[in-house]
Amino acid sequence: MAPRLKLFLPLALFAILALLLFRGLELDPREMPSALIDKPLPEFSLPQLGRENLITRADVVGEVALFNVWATWCVSCRVEHPYLQLLADSGVPIYGVNYKDDDAAALKWLQDLGDPYRANIVDAQGGLGLDLGVYGAPETYFVDASGVIRYRHVGIIDEQMWQTRLAPIYRELVQEAGQ
Amino acid sequence: MIPEVGHFALIIALCLSIILSVVPLWGAWRGNVVAMSLAPSLAIGLLVFAAISFACLTTAFLQDDFSVAVVAANSNSLLPSMYKFSAVWGNHEGSLLLWILILCVWLAAVAMFSSQLPLLMLSRVLAVMGVIAVGFISFSLFTSNPFARLLPGTPIDGQDLNPLLQDPGLIIHPPLLYMGYVGFSVAFAFAIAALLGGRLDASWARWSRPWTNVAWAFLTLGIMLGSWWAYYELGWGGWWFWDPVENASFMPWLAGTALVHSLAATEKRGLFKSWTVLLAIFAFSLSLLGTFLVRSGVLTSVHAFATDPARGLFILVFLAFVVGGSLTLYALRAPAVSSRVSFSWLSRESLLLFNNVVFLVSTLTVLFGTLFPLMMDALGQGKYSVGPPYFNAVFVPLMAVLIPFMGVGPVSRWKSDTAARWRAELLLPAVAALVCGLTLPLFQDGEYNIWVALAVVLASWLLFGLCRDVWYRVRGASSVARGWRRLTPSYCGMVIAHLGFAAAVVGVVATSQYSVEHDLKMQPGDTEVVAGYSFTFTELAQVRGPNYVADEARFDVYEDGRLLVRLAPQKRRYLASGQVMTEAAIDDGMWRDLFVAMGEPIGNEGAWAIRLHYKPMVRWMWLGAVMMALGGFATVADKRYRQRRVARAAESEGGVSGAAA
Repeated sequence: MAPRLKLFLPLALFAILALLLFRGLELDPREMPSALIDKPLPEFSLPQLGRENLITRADVVGEVALFNVWATWCVSCRVEHPYLQLLADSGVPIYGVNYKDDDAAALKWLQDLGDPYRANIVDAQGGLGLDLGVYGAPETYFVDASGVIRYRHVGIIDEQMWQTRLAPIYRELVQEAGQ
Repeated sequence: MIPEVGHFALIIALCLSIILSVVPLWGAWRGNVVAMSLAPSLAIGLLVFAAISFACLTTAFLQDDFSVAVVAANSNSLLPSMYKFSAVWGNHEGSLLLWILILCVWLAAVAMFSSQLPLLMLSRVLAVMGVIAVGFISFSLFTSNPFARLLPGTPIDGQDLNPLLQDPGLIIHPPLLYMGYVGFSVAFAFAIAALLGGRLDASWARWSRPWTNVAWAFLTLGIMLGSWWAYYELGWGGWWFWDPVENASFMPWLAGTALVHSLAATEKRGLFKSWTVLLAIFAFSLSLLGTFLVRSGVLTSVHAFATDPARGLFILVFLAFVVGGSLTLYALRAPAVSSRVSFSWLSRESLLLFNNVVFLVSTLTVLFGTLFPLMMDALGQGKYSVGPPYFNAVFVPLMAVLIPFMGVGPVSRWKSDTAARWRAELLLPAVAALVCGLTLPLFQDGEYNIWVALAVVLASWLLFGLCRDVWYRVRGASSVARGWRRLTPSYCGMVIAHLGFAAAVVGVVATSQYSVEHDLKMQPGDTEVVAGYSFTFTELAQVRGPNYVADEARFDVYEDGRLLVRLAPQKRRYLASGQVMTEAAIDDGMWRDLFVAMGEPIGNEGAWAIRLHYKPMVRWMWLGAVMMALGGFATVADKRYRQRRVARAAESEGGVSGAAA
């Protein structure tokens, strides 16, 4: 290689890097794709937290709802909890998936911090979590009126996230269902 | 009113920076002395208006002007005023303004302290920095205006500063870090100016060396403070996480370390010229890349600012312009033929070259690890995360390979040296280091730790090698005092910095290997023994701070039955945001830290999950970093950077006519 051409090497490498960064701008590192987007919510039949009965898929589908995967061992869940309560108070139906957790601790949590959930599905073994493809708590799945998973949010839901990203998705699902 | 003044001052600063980046360059091209000599005054004017702008934003924070969007989102009337002040840069917009202010400080400093520089060179250097100022000021004005108002709809109170940032360490961490980041723009500007002038000689290396050393020293301090803050504020006793944003500050440091050393070879021996220029470009490009990564949201990190694709795009375009432009210039103007200065394999040159290779490889490994998740995502290969195992596996061996050579460096001679001389000089230090390595770890209770032994061997190899070298230099003089005085500041700076590195190595390895960590459930009355210290949980109390309420766990720590210290870690809940923060309690010491932090409450009887850590020699790491920084600062006192006034007139004349021709 001519000596002068060699000096262009750093420039060429930088050009590749710049292209990569440009592509990176369009990607969202927080967005975790789920194999289940636009697939029906998996079937399950699991105990309901604090009740004697089992809860099944049929009990929870029928309206647009959020499925929030949480656990008492998850610190971020504690952070998002107050905001979930606000959402629930404003009429957003939220079901909890109490993921790999201890029932007593979970009940204590709800008693102390408030209970934003319509009902809590006890997923002590993580089987439902596995079906859903949960990476870690907290995660929230948006399920439409026909029981199809339409969106998945990884990480906490706070005011900003809800207002800028999630509320439009929720409203769209509600409009679709004509609720 | 005040925010508008600030906004206006920033607009004036933009205008001044545009003039600064155009007129002196035109002057340098046309040989117009008047146009060139405008540059220093423009630089100082730029600083004045940037400072006014910054002062206005600070005033808005201190006066709780919640009509300013940034203030409303990041401050609160209950916030202690010290944190109202630091909240100015606890957010994207304000920290960008701080970036601009610091860039202007460097600009004005170059303008004021470069009377020995030929006017041609000075005007080019200032103009290149002016281009960078244009980029950042317009970034601030067009995408992240810190003075935007919330009118109408001014909130009654602000949302409060993120509690993580409410900490004394964080008041000075960003300014120091930015002093370092931005300081590399000076080395960059000198490199570009030299390429523009086509004169890559030892003199540009001599001019840019003190600036580079100071910037590097600031960056060292900034990184050290960040690590220290993480240690006591995040509450789990870690001090380095290889988080993308930490890496963003670490990469310029690594490249800067290479640059500091290769500048030495370029100044003293006229070697590695193109290489040094490339490193100067590289170090500053990594600073810019860090800015991009932190503010564009392409990577997830605990540090990330609120992000916005428009901002990311703006910095990327600017990055492409600055880095692409300078690399193009480099490709066209750098000397393609290697210099005719020769050196043998056994010489200081080849040791410096080895240093450069190690630091460059380290930089690239960190860069690769940081960008890997982005790369895989961009190529559609799925989501990945690269964690500490990767970084430790590649970084630790690189540093371990470096140190044996680092011990030889100071005693080696330029151009050519002999193995026999090295043996004669270093045999004693080598034996002493081995003895230390074999014996010192025995003083620690428990099993003999081979990694600590290795770290002690390497560190004491550096220590004794330096001692020997200093002694040789002092010995020749008629009296010891005179001998000490003969050591130049730049030599002393090197010794201090290398000793600091040795201290940091010992600290890192000892604390990683010897730390004892107990995470357990405790309630008042319980006692736990950690590494010979007995921690008794005496009581649980409720305390109230200015803007938070906290649970406080009080511990008595006994050593051999004697009360050593009382520690009171807290779990704080901040009132405005409801965020919960862990405030660790630490008893610090040269040889060990005792660290207590509260986890989560368990049950109703006042039991908590408690972390008790015993961390030996963790301070050595930060002490070492402080020494490295001191070493960097010390080199600037060297007389040779100030004795060039005589040569100045001649050089400047020659330079101007050379450019006009």
